[in-house]
Amino acid sequence: MTKQQILDLYFLDARHKLIEIAAFLDRIERADGKDDFRLKSFRAALAKLDGKKKNQAKNVLLAFSDLTTKPIAKATSKGACGAFPKIK
Amino acid sequence: MRYIEPHAHMVSRTTDDYERMALAGCEAVCEPAFWAGFDRSSAAGFFDYFSQLTEHEPKRAAKFGLKHFCWLCINSKEAEDVKLAEEVIALIPKFLKCKNVLGIGEIGLNKNSRNELRVLEMQIELAAKFDQLILVHTPHLEDKLKGTRLILDVLKNDKRILPERVIIDHVEEHTVEMVLDCGMWAGMTLYPETKCTPARAIDILETYGSEKIWMNSACDWGVSDPLAVPKTALEMKKRGHLAKTIEKIIFSNPKKFLHQSPNFKLV
Repeated sequence: MTKQQILDLYFLDARHKLIEIAAFLDRIERADGKDDFRLKSFRAALAKLDGKKKNQAKNVLLAFSDLTTKPIAKATSKGACGAFPKIK
Repeated sequence: MRYIEPHAHMVSRTTDDYERMALAGCEAVCEPAFWAGFDRSSAAGFFDYFSQLTEHEPKRAAKFGLKHFCWLCINSKEAEDVKLAEEVIALIPKFLKCKNVLGIGEIGLNKNSRNELRVLEMQIELAAKFDQLILVHTPHLEDKLKGTRLILDVLKNDKRILPERVIIDHVEEHTVEMVLDCGMWAGMTLYPETKCTPARAIDILETYGSEKIWMNSACDWGVSDPLAVPKTALEMKKRGHLAKTIEKIIFSNPKKFLHQSPNFKLV
């Protein structure tokens, strides 16, 4: 596909999702209380969308990932929350 | 358009879903054993589940002209209890004799714990002993990268396991390359909120090629779409992919992998 064809097919959808992200961040800013590591990971992932770099989807996924390499001692829960608490 | 649904949890779906899949061109559905959304209280619960997968569900699918196949294992979400896992694994050899069983799956990791890893190794041993295909579940979200690496290390270190007889499922942009580089098959799961969207799955195909890769809906009791595969085929058509390319991804590729099991017969 050409860039024009991709824009024709996906621009409105991508624009919609970008505005949703902006509104989500506005919502967080308006709210009281403390945020947590998920928002820090989110902002770190957003920073991966800078300019015309390649592999941006991969880099966003990596920004949310557990980058440690050893198995944990015991699984104390079953679910995943979407971000790893690595940024203090 | 004909297609194979290589990963769907039909025990969680309605009869209407079978009908819609058949109308959309589905010829066969393959159902890995998975977590029920709650922990079973004993190995007896798994015995009943394996009976459901090998006896009851094929009959339900056949009412809509669909072939039904399954994979057997204890899933990683219930693998923290190693004693339970041992009891469940002991049940599996008897069921491997059933004519719709394709192999051991979906084994893998969930939170990447030591016990999950131990149970994964036990089930790889089972697959090697009985010469079975392997279908691997990779963890969710932030745990996927680490889990995929741990799983690949275990599989690569077992020289009895041929990489072309293993499918690593739920790959995304950050894990697909390492799977394909190992010579294993990669499965992309099409979910509305997590894993891959149709657009991203096609991006992956366009980036990494169409060899040793398939798409599945993994529809279950959660937010999922049993028609995700034909909908993605339509998206491929919109993007200008040829009919033969689409057929390769949604029919020929899963058929090629699954045909390594003598039980996979479409007619």
